[in-house]
Amino acid sequence: MRDPCVLCRVVLLTNNFLQIPYIGTCRLVLHGRPQYFQTLTFQDGVCVSMIKLSHVHKFFGPNEVLKDVNLEVKEGEKLVIIGPSGSGKSTTVRCMNGLELPTSGQVFVNGVELTRKNRTELVRSTSSMVFQQFNLYPHLNVLGNLTLAPIKLFGKARKEAEELAYHYLEVVGLTDKAMAYPTTLSGGQQQRVAIARALCSQTKIILFDEPTSALDPETVQEVLNVMVKLASESITMVIVTHEMGFAREVADRVIFMDYGTILEEGTPEHFFVNPIHDRVKQFLGKILY
Amino acid sequence: MIEQILSLQSWMTFLADWKLFAQAFGVTLMVSVLALLLALILGVFFGVMSTSSNPVLRGIARGYVETLQNTPLVLQAYVFYLALPYIGFMIGQISVGIYAVGIYHGAYIAEVVRAGIQSIPHGQAEAAASQGFTYVQTMRWIILPQTVKIILPPLINQMVNLIKNTSVIALIGGTDLMNRTNDWATTGECIYGPPFLVCGILYFILCFPLATWGRNYEEKLKRRDVHTTDKPAAKEAEGSAS
Ligand SMILES: Nc1ncnc2c1ncn2[C@@H]1O[C@H](COP(=O)(O)OP(=O)(O)OP(=O)(O)O)[C@@H](O)[C@H]1O
Ligand SMILES: [Mg+2]
Repeated sequence: MRDPCVLCRVVLLTNNFLQIPYIGTCRLVLHGRPQYFQTLTFQDGVCVSMIKLSHVHKFFGPNEVLKDVNLEVKEGEKLVIIGPSGSGKSTTVRCMNGLELPTSGQVFVNGVELTRKNRTELVRSTSSMVFQQFNLYPHLNVLGNLTLAPIKLFGKARKEAEELAYHYLEVVGLTDKAMAYPTTLSGGQQQRVAIARALCSQTKIILFDEPTSALDPETVQEVLNVMVKLASESITMVIVTHEMGFAREVADRVIFMDYGTILEEGTPEHFFVNPIHDRVKQFLGKILY
Repeated sequence: MIEQILSLQSWMTFLADWKLFAQAFGVTLMVSVLALLLALILGVFFGVMSTSSNPVLRGIARGYVETLQNTPLVLQAYVFYLALPYIGFMIGQISVGIYAVGIYHGAYIAEVVRAGIQSIPHGQAEAAASQGFTYVQTMRWIILPQTVKIILPPLINQMVNLIKNTSVIALIGGTDLMNRTNDWATTGECIYGPPFLVCGILYFILCFPLATWGRNYEEKLKRRDVHTTDKPAAKEAEGSAS
């Protein structure tokens, strides 16, 4: 993947500096082939592109883990990512909040290009993440976990932050655990706290990386129920999961990744009824039965 | 020496000068506290620095730690004492002692802090980054608070060593407990027994309680870890919630 041409660069940098979403197509061929700096989707003059990966390549050493991934997530969209182990699902999601930076290509979040420099501020104001291993802060109780970012990052008063925390604890059904420490909670409860923590940042985007894969089969449903509840709101959700029943219920779109590329894309129904690639059929056969 | 310890006469002579020893003990105490403060500041600073992703910062921290750990403290004290006046710092032996011991143990504490930080699972820093905490905020609010418990036992070990190592001041002529003891014993009537015995006891009563507390705390941590891994706390909580 080549860098954008000189002109594209200038336009990108200017727009980025002014924090303007941009649109346009480069007609110059300075860099060997036409390069698009047009990236974001507009509707009625408003940018509706929440996340956009444009020609994203990611190398870990010599391994190309993402091979030219192009993906746009619209505001409020619920996107489910499925695919075999090692296909690059986590890496894709981690590129969306700067936990990984693409080796080449661009990532746009809420109309702004995510870079090494701006990722902390950009991520703080736009996205939060729920991890497979929960990653709650063990030295803080549930309330402490929920109020840390609102107080330290968003400058909220303690009282206000706690009200917010209790509000979201109610959403996940754990108000009675506010004073408990994470290690005393079950996996399902910890993950619900992690979801509440993500909600406390009040960001437009929440990323989920296999949120139920580390849970006992019986507790998976309690977490999925919370996520279904969230899906009715305007939050943009990107979810790596193999829970196809859940995907069918909430997803607007499902993408199937294989060897670092998006192999197939469609509605959940499409994947249930008539997936195109044998690879996908095979995979779905394994996880559905 | 043994006879002197048993001789009432030599004890009387020694005790007549108790104030000198009390004062010197005070100096050792003060030097220990100030050097510890310096060592802690340097230790946390360089310890955090050596876990940075920036190779230059890491290199600086490594350089500090390796230089200070692989040369003798006595040499460092002499260098500080003899070299500082050349570059325009005229400071007393006691201050040189504080700097030398503080900087020396800072290097050891930096290693303790580094090991502590690296023992925290990487998911913690990732969760913090996903919320938008900066590197320094992540250290301050998430990583270091979790590190404190783990590094307390080795840190106390360092404190005990630091207290003992303040005796290096004696070599550059500062009047700490060690120097006072040696001075008093080797002048006049040459009474060795009582002063050296008392000197040892004074260091001991500073260090022993600290070391014991550190060891007990470590035992407690170990027992608690066994406790939490044995007991299926998660399952229990689950049962009570549903
Ligand atoms: N930090 C890293 N360093 C080196 N290789 C990595 C790193 N992270 C991921 N990889 C490799 O990149 C590939 C894709 O990893 P990724 O975690 O994105 O896959 P995944 O689709 O999420 O798989 P899984 O279902 O197992 O979580 C794998 O081969 C993995 O070994
Ligand atoms: Mg993964």
